[in-house]
Amino acid sequence: MTEKLIAGKTVQVNEEGYLTDASQWNKEIATEIAKELEIELTDKHFEVLNFLRDKNAAGEPLTIRKVGKSGIVDIKGFYDLFPGGPLKYSSKIAGIPKPVSCV
Amino acid sequence: MSEHDKPLKKVCIICAKGSIEDVYATLVMANGAVMEGIEAKVFFTFFGLDAITKKQMNKLHTATVGNPAMRMPGGLPFPTILGMLPGVEAGVSAMMKSQMEKLDIPPVDEFLEMITAGGGEIYACKLAMDMFKLTKDDLHDQVSGVLTVGDFYAMCGGEGTQIIFT
Repeated sequence: MTEKLIAGKTVQVNEEGYLTDASQWNKEIATEIAKELEIELTDKHFEVLNFLRDKNAAGEPLTIRKVGKSGIVDIKGFYDLFPGGPLKYSSKIAGIPKPVSCV
Repeated sequence: MSEHDKPLKKVCIICAKGSIEDVYATLVMANGAVMEGIEAKVFFTFFGLDAITKKQMNKLHTATVGNPAMRMPGGLPFPTILGMLPGVEAGVSAMMKSQMEKLDIPPVDEFLEMITAGGGEIYACKLAMDMFKLTKDDLHDQVSGVLTVGDFYAMCGGEGTQIIFT
């Protein structure tokens, strides 16, 4: 675990750059992590991020299927928002641990 | 050379069997690939065609006879003679599907949709289609086409590509 300065705030991240404490997250941090992943965040992105954070806080395992059934985006839309790795990138931007899910 | 120098870019997965475990191994690997940004092309042949045939896809079974890894809930051995009884295979298969549903693993048709939503492509084998007297209309909408093995190999080129036979 290391400290990293993101958007003017020092946060704890793991070796893959995922925040280890979800409470250190804010929108500016999300925007900056997204920029590193070449993703420009829109309101739709934040809806997904908030959904993921809520589910993570509730201790529910995350899958792309769950996001697809969230009513926010379908799975294709989820891939469009976070190309190349919807679940891992969205989790990283949402400041939550990388899901240990195969689906 | 480390694995980071030549990352996996594409997987071409072949499924030739139609039991729950064979088909799901294929689907999980294909979906797992697209989730990681890896291109996936899946080729269903022989009994694997059941996985993309509308009539069969959501009725797959697992074998309760001739399956030495089959066990009772709790881990006791599953007597082969029990597996022969009518309804046992259907019951065991239903139970496996319900266990998977709890882990958010979808039914076959929905799984195919998840894979294609991520850009994965699903193909059927022409030879096996002819053998089983199937036409494109018998196949699920998510199937991109019916290919010869040569057509499939033509898609499997490029650096960082692996062919996987499940």
